[in-house]
Amino acid sequence: MSNNDFIEFFNGGSEPKLENLGGKGASLVTMTAAGMPVPPGFVVTTAAFDAFMEGGITAEINTILAGLDPEDVKAVDAASATIRKMITQRPVPSALREFTKDAYASLQANFAREVPLAVRSSATAEDLPDASFAGQQDTYLWLNGYASVTEHIRACWASLYTSRAILYRLKNNIPDEGLSMAVVVQKMVNSAASGVAMTLDPTNGDRSKITIDASYGVGEMVVSGTVTPDNIQLDKVTLAVITEHIGAKHAELIPDPATNSLVEVEVSDERRAVRCLSDVDLALVAQLAKRAEKHYGCPQDIEWALDADLPEGENLLLLQSRPETVHSSKATVKPTGSGYASSLGLGSGFNFSSITSSLLNSAS
Amino acid sequence: MSMKSFPKPSDLQVPPGAEGWEELYPYYLVFQDALKAEEDEKFWFCDSQHWPTVFKPFETIGGEFAVKCLGQYNARHLMIPNANGIDFRIHLGYLYMSPLPVPSEQIAARVPEFEARIGHYFANWDTLLEQWHVKVKGTIAEMETLTFEALPDMVPMADILSGKAKDGSEVLLENYDRLIQLCYQNWQYHFEFLNLGYIAYLDFFNFCKEVFPNIPDQSIATMVQGVDMELFRPDDELKELAALAVELDLAGAFSNTDDPAATLAAIAASPAGERWLARWEEAKDPWFNFTIGNGFYGHDKYWIEHQEIPLGFIADYIHRLQGGANIMRPTEKLIAEKDRIVSEYRDLLDPEIREAFDAKRTLAATAYPYVENHNFYIEHWTMGVFWRKVRELSRMLHAQGLWNEPEDMLYLGRNEVRDVLFDLVTSWGIGAGDPIGNVVWPQEIERRRGIVDALKTARPAPALNTPPSAITEPFTRMLWGITTEQVQQWLGGDEDSESGVLKGMAASPGLVEGMARVVMHADDLSEVQAGEILVAPITAPSWGPIFGKIKATVTDIGGMMSHAAIVCREYGLPAVTGTGSASTTIRTGQMLRVDGTKGTVEILEEAPVVTGPGAHSHSHV
Repeated sequence: MSNNDFIEFFNGGSEPKLENLGGKGASLVTMTAAGMPVPPGFVVTTAAFDAFMEGGITAEINTILAGLDPEDVKAVDAASATIRKMITQRPVPSALREFTKDAYASLQANFAREVPLAVRSSATAEDLPDASFAGQQDTYLWLNGYASVTEHIRACWASLYTSRAILYRLKNNIPDEGLSMAVVVQKMVNSAASGVAMTLDPTNGDRSKITIDASYGVGEMVVSGTVTPDNIQLDKVTLAVITEHIGAKHAELIPDPATNSLVEVEVSDERRAVRCLSDVDLALVAQLAKRAEKHYGCPQDIEWALDADLPEGENLLLLQSRPETVHSSKATVKPTGSGYASSLGLGSGFNFSSITSSLLNSAS
Repeated sequence: MSMKSFPKPSDLQVPPGAEGWEELYPYYLVFQDALKAEEDEKFWFCDSQHWPTVFKPFETIGGEFAVKCLGQYNARHLMIPNANGIDFRIHLGYLYMSPLPVPSEQIAARVPEFEARIGHYFANWDTLLEQWHVKVKGTIAEMETLTFEALPDMVPMADILSGKAKDGSEVLLENYDRLIQLCYQNWQYHFEFLNLGYIAYLDFFNFCKEVFPNIPDQSIATMVQGVDMELFRPDDELKELAALAVELDLAGAFSNTDDPAATLAAIAASPAGERWLARWEEAKDPWFNFTIGNGFYGHDKYWIEHQEIPLGFIADYIHRLQGGANIMRPTEKLIAEKDRIVSEYRDLLDPEIREAFDAKRTLAATAYPYVENHNFYIEHWTMGVFWRKVRELSRMLHAQGLWNEPEDMLYLGRNEVRDVLFDLVTSWGIGAGDPIGNVVWPQEIERRRGIVDALKTARPAPALNTPPSAITEPFTRMLWGITTEQVQQWLGGDEDSESGVLKGMAASPGLVEGMARVVMHADDLSEVQAGEILVAPITAPSWGPIFGKIKATVTDIGGMMSHAAIVCREYGLPAVTGTGSASTTIRTGQMLRVDGTKGTVEILEEAPVVTGPGAHSHSHV
């Protein structure tokens, strides 16, 4: 999987640049390089958008937008519809098309059968504090086949011109000049099991633990609390299991090929009764959480999934990693025993009262 | 919480044929009717970790000296604020212990004394420990000089000429008393540093539990445990001898190590044999003063007197070397892993707590290795010489007609032996002929042998009387692994337990499956096959060579710091200790899944009935 001006694979080894890949795309490339396995995929760069738009269409758009009254919602809606239709119906130049076609084939070559993909917009301005576009671009899930993917790449490009986006720019005086958009094409996760992991004990902030919630299928039910997952706590240093509670896990969300969506199904009694993660996978999830914490330099709360389409050893995926904010801002657990020595200058420096209190406290 | 109790001492059935067993032991070692109320109030747990089988009367010496001297350091030397020593009794042949708390009103007054005393030791650790080695080796050297020779027909002329005016019997009496005193002396020394090692460990342990709630005990042990220990030295010597034998092309000489004389002769006859034998002689002193038992029994076999044992281990190592196996412990890997674990935990702490972590860990890492290393000097070396001298005396007295078997002196208490000696020197001295004992002891010993054999038919109760709601005494928890949870499990009050799953201490991490080999006695160790899972009531340091070929260890008794736990961590094998009943629940040949990280042992399938060697191993106990 080689990179070029228009396509950058997550694991392509290029230095991620925000202006080429957008916020989301750059983050996926960075995470992959740091050993945090996101669902495999590639970014259609801003250069591709620029090449697509080249040849007059930009000028036409500027004409439509010129003099638009932000208060005239109807006019804005009409302009938006016109522009988006122009973009989604405009044929992709054949040279550009070949690049995306190769990238698609190259990605699918990893799997035994053609798998559904997700297409997400990745705006370059997404992470700017004063002009957050976050949530204003689109995400398309469960796309089957190349045609559907290219169609939705154009849909992402078009999403720069939704009524909301147009209005946002008008009201915030953001010029359309240089506006560009990268698009992320990524494997849909086919979760055999999934869940969350925190790199501390959420009950007391103890950073020597990793706490994992895990259940069958797609992780939404764990995140939303609609199933009782397996709950496992491990020691962060040795990965020894400290506590383990087998959750009820009564249902799971799994992809339904017929409808290209997720369906909720019952979990059999036998599968409910056992932990949904093997010992090996449990350790891998914990190691993944540890890597995320190390990468970001603070306690993390990650979402992970075991992908049924990927081979053993490559099937654990990191879906999201964000700082754990509840406890990590607080101080770590502090010992109550007093009089700890500044050094072990035994005889003069060391204070044995801490040993005494330790002995006495242990018996209480 | 279950309200169940263990049986009272008086509730336990005396095995048929063991009636009158109390008279085998001194009055102060058995429960007294006059103290029944008081003794029944206390909770006693059985120490089958150190004393897995019934005491012959002479053998109480190890239990008495060890537990008395352990206690004196808590109660009289170190003034541990909240722990006195451990009271102990023998019941139906087994040793039961009950920790003695310090009355709460006395605790405060002991604190300054405690801190001054441990302060001195921790501040002068290396010098004092060096001094300890000199003292202990001096004791052993003196013990070696003691002789127990038959008395001559007449006083030598030289003694007449010098006007010595003593018949030599005083030497016999003095040497016996001296032997006992020297044994007592090294048992006092044994505990000079042991309790301190545990205190330093416990301090770091409690600290870790506070800053890392629920940190696995295993992690704490790993952070303070030495990697290269004297306890492993005898085994390492054998490995080096095996490697040298391969190098010198001597492997062929090890075909029948059951005959040490022939084996050593075959080596001597080989071209490079002399070089190997020089290395062998060098290893023997002192490292073959090592027993496959635990030093507490007269029947313990020491390598130095049973050279077929080390030669057999060497032959086994040679075989494995020839098969391309790496027999050395993965020392470098273990050190690297230990360093990683220490630094990762350390990095989790705030800088100001990190200093305390460093100080406490350093202290524990300095003091703790003694806990592992002393064992060679006392249980192995001192007791090896001690039992050899006891047998020497027993055989001399046997030759006088005092008993039927050469080592029957073990059926007498040590103070009864003093009577026998005076009986002997009197009858000899007055020219009366045989000692009176010749008509007393043979029958009495047969009677006692019957009682001891009858007592051996019953396993001890894990504990006696009603346990306290929580086991809090720090040493009990640490040394014997006796925790509230453990006691509940013994009582069958652990409601979570699944059938076919035994729970114990997660003593050494890892998960394996394999075939069980139940070993009830050290003499059955040769039955262990490569790749099996060792299941035993306890293990002893000298089982070392076995750990190179097994997959995992499961024991009935022992905590994180028991021998099996230490050795398995050293060898990188999973271990579950303190299961209570693995050796009686599991049968040789069953498939097991041992999870040393969780502390569980699962019996995967019923084994076929095993016949042949090992099938009747229970009867050896």
